[in-house]
Amino acid sequence: MPEKKVEVLVVGAGPAGIAAACCASEAGRKVVVLDDNPSPGGQIWRRESRRSSSPQAVYWFDRLRRSRAEVLCGVRVVGGADCGALLVDHDDGISEIQYDKLILATGARERFLPFPGWTLPNVMGAGGLQAMVKGGLPIEGRSVAIAGSGPLLLAVASYLKKMGAQIMLVAEQAGSVNLMRFGFHLIGEPAKLREAFELRWGLGGIRYRTAGWPVAAEGNGKLESVTFSNGRTEWKQRCDYLACGFGLVPNLEIPLLLGCEIQHGAVKVDGHQQTTVPGIFCAGETTGVGGLDLALAEGQIAGYAAAGRPERVREFSAARAKGLRFKNALDRAFTLREELRTIVKSETLVCRCEDVSFEKLLQHPSWRAAKLQTRCGMGPCQGRVCGPAVEFLLGWKAESVRPPILPTSLGRLATVGEPNPS
Amino acid sequence: MPDSITVEVNGRPVNIAAGSMVSTAVALAGESALRVSVSGEPRGPLCGMGICFECRVTIDGRAHQRACQILCRPGMQVWTDARKKS
Repeated sequence: MPEKKVEVLVVGAGPAGIAAACCASEAGRKVVVLDDNPSPGGQIWRRESRRSSSPQAVYWFDRLRRSRAEVLCGVRVVGGADCGALLVDHDDGISEIQYDKLILATGARERFLPFPGWTLPNVMGAGGLQAMVKGGLPIEGRSVAIAGSGPLLLAVASYLKKMGAQIMLVAEQAGSVNLMRFGFHLIGEPAKLREAFELRWGLGGIRYRTAGWPVAAEGNGKLESVTFSNGRTEWKQRCDYLACGFGLVPNLEIPLLLGCEIQHGAVKVDGHQQTTVPGIFCAGETTGVGGLDLALAEGQIAGYAAAGRPERVREFSAARAKGLRFKNALDRAFTLREELRTIVKSETLVCRCEDVSFEKLLQHPSWRAAKLQTRCGMGPCQGRVCGPAVEFLLGWKAESVRPPILPTSLGRLATVGEPNPS
Repeated sequence: MPDSITVEVNGRPVNIAAGSMVSTAVALAGESALRVSVSGEPRGPLCGMGICFECRVTIDGRAHQRACQILCRPGMQVWTDARKKS
């Protein structure tokens, strides 16, 4: 991949990034979209770029193909070079891409909470197991327990059931009162209500248990059973897989690296999706987890704003406002309960890269001290997994990053700035 | 593109649908662990989307490749930590 210069660079080819790229490209800008995954679509439309059952996905993939935006997959952003450029790592090495305007649509990841046995093979994220099955993992006839929090649990249950898995239980940590309030909110939004019903419909016969959560996973070399609790009693469920995620958290590494201000755990943006750094825009889950419709609205706003067409922005402001109301309802309904802070035990590993236990972390007064003394958060994932867990458990915020933000080799970094051999 | 391709996992051939992830090939080879942690625990994939680095394997001699983000190519040689000759 030669060194490049583009007018609008989009990072992330999920719904927000695709929408942003389409709008900026249709407005006449030279657009490049980068994504770490082997194909565009993000997590929600993972592996659906060639065939999808979602009319929305079909529409946006088609619009993306018709636009002149160039999509580069399997490309990882490892650093910000000098002003107005990103350093990217790919199959052929490392290179620099210069931009006039940058749109960050880096999405969100699952929040994982540590409990005894959570490091056993076959304990995965909820979206994690879904992604693995989309990548070809055979699930037919296998037993799956699903746990954690958020609407994703139901979407995953519905998908895995369709793929032939035996869903033993869906345990949602939120209580039924919270969920009923969320249901009332949905009634004001017919499309969302239909979606919720369709999910329930596809879930006939599945045990959906509110106010329940996992407290331990057991097995010899891999998962064999999960112990659940409802705060009063505990029970054991045998299963081949546990799909477990406690909501989503925005991927903030690139915005942090570039100096964008973070507010309430998400990138702060104005009405045009511009961050506090002029010329850098942000759209989708990175600005706060609000689902597909909000991501598409924000993506279109960012695309037009970055392309210098601010007059188009107001077309999407109603959709954005509606999406933000849905986001707030999500936040309230699926707030994590206090009891989840106690499922971690002293000897439970919190940092899976460096194998740091909870008791080792507790010997330090801050995230920085713990990092220096234990290497917690300093392995290959750079705190992407343990960071949100530590923030929930101990209130330590890890709001700084250092390049390279994803592993690359010293040999490759040494070639940065050298003339291109070709 | 052929419907099925052959890759090698820990020296054994695995037939797999074209377009499958490397992590799938490892699972089809009957391995639930892809790597061994710094304290010796077996680990399998967690996030499935390239974030957690728990699915690191050696692909065609290159170590620390994320099995959940890389598609199988015909003839690819994949080694998991536990079976790798040191």
